[in-house]
Amino acid sequence: MTDLLHTPLYDLHADLGARMVPFAGYAMPVQYPLGVMGEHTHTREKAGLFDVSHMGQVILKADTFEAAARALETLVPVDILGLGPDRQRYGFFTDDKGGITDDLMLANRGDHIFVVVNAACKAADIDHMKAHLDGVEVTEITDRALLALQGPSAEKVLAALDPKAAEMRFMDVATLTLCGAECWVSRSGYTGEDGYEISVPAAQASDLAKALLAHVDVEAIGLGARDSLRLEAGLCLYGHDIDTSTTPAQANLGWAIQKVRRAGGARTGGFPGAEAVLGELFGGAERKRVGLLPEGRAPMREGVELFATADSDAAIGQITSGTFGPTRGGPVAMGYLPMEHTTPGTTIFGELRGKRLPLTVCALPFVPAKFKR
Amino acid sequence: MKFTEEHEWLRAENDIIVVGITEHATTQLGDIVFVELPEVGTTVSKDDEIVVIESVKAASDILAPIDGEIVEVNEALGDNPALANDDATGAGWFFKIKPSNPSQMDGLMDEAAYTAFIA
Repeated sequence: MTDLLHTPLYDLHADLGARMVPFAGYAMPVQYPLGVMGEHTHTREKAGLFDVSHMGQVILKADTFEAAARALETLVPVDILGLGPDRQRYGFFTDDKGGITDDLMLANRGDHIFVVVNAACKAADIDHMKAHLDGVEVTEITDRALLALQGPSAEKVLAALDPKAAEMRFMDVATLTLCGAECWVSRSGYTGEDGYEISVPAAQASDLAKALLAHVDVEAIGLGARDSLRLEAGLCLYGHDIDTSTTPAQANLGWAIQKVRRAGGARTGGFPGAEAVLGELFGGAERKRVGLLPEGRAPMREGVELFATADSDAAIGQITSGTFGPTRGGPVAMGYLPMEHTTPGTTIFGELRGKRLPLTVCALPFVPAKFKR
Repeated sequence: MKFTEEHEWLRAENDIIVVGITEHATTQLGDIVFVELPEVGTTVSKDDEIVVIESVKAASDILAPIDGEIVEVNEALGDNPALANDDATGAGWFFKIKPSNPSQMDGLMDEAAYTAFIA
């Protein structure tokens, strides 16, 4: 793993006994001695600390927030102009066919937009923004780490360092002082739990992480549990559940496109693939991302082909993410199916090791979200 | 107890061999969430894929370590696959096999050799 990039917490991961794996060009912790199941459950019951410093942090700055927002709306089909100060929103970049080239979080931080994008896509996203955002200064932030503190204890743990943390609501952003470090904090995450994402200067990241881990309720959590947590929460993983072959309507992400950007809205369209994206949102997609519950205990993972019946010839879809859901206590999966098979309760079949095994289509998320709204 | 390079352990109980996977293997695999065992009465040959283990991370196959007939499987793993993590060489055993060629046991590693193998 000598060619891999290190996050500012690399030495801390080693001290904590993490097993490191290559991920998007970085050496990242997949699990700590507690193990994936223990880490998952701990996050749901108390609080987990994740190193997500591999993700891209980008500042978009123009003469005004409005100017930056109008520019970003030409690449991202969500209401950015209408995003209030100190508020965050989910979005995605689309291509000319309406496929998703990455998903992102974007925040109104007063005089600029703060964007967090996926590690594997960040170079392409930054090039894309630099090429297309006229009058906007696009700056990748490379001197900050990104931590996520997730779980029901997150508020009390963070509020002990800065009481302002408790005043934030879901999708609020604020600048907090944590262990003397100026941190850009959002009340959001990727687990379905209440929690925060914390952008901290790289030089102070390890001290902050150690201070958070010093709380009896906090354990370090690796990428393994991060994946099972987000899957139970019904959240998409870019490159798996969504990519350029999937559109927002197919991915069941139409909720992220506000009325003002839809057909008939004041700022309708004006982004790559708008005709396809909005047409499909209005007229309906041919297939949709759904939750799938395999019967029994055997996980069905990415790539498992889905069939309408136990003996039909042609596959009708594929699993895009699947694992064992520790909180659900059984396997969970997501995949795409033709609309006529997407009603919750529908039974379909997945082919696992040559056998057709039943799965039930179900509503997402698998585990109810506990955001602090 | 004898060991294979596939990280299985074999323990003789009279003329029956009990088989499981080692603690080293279960630690590498992580939390085991599903074990698919062969049917009792199946005749297997060495290196047949006869058990599927799913950990939280991935699926792995376990190969038959010797030729023989499966005479019993550990049904408790169906409801509680974590037994394989918690007690790899005890309650987490996988199956019992009646060897058809007992001399195959001679080619396996003893504990000292296995400890050196995984070091």
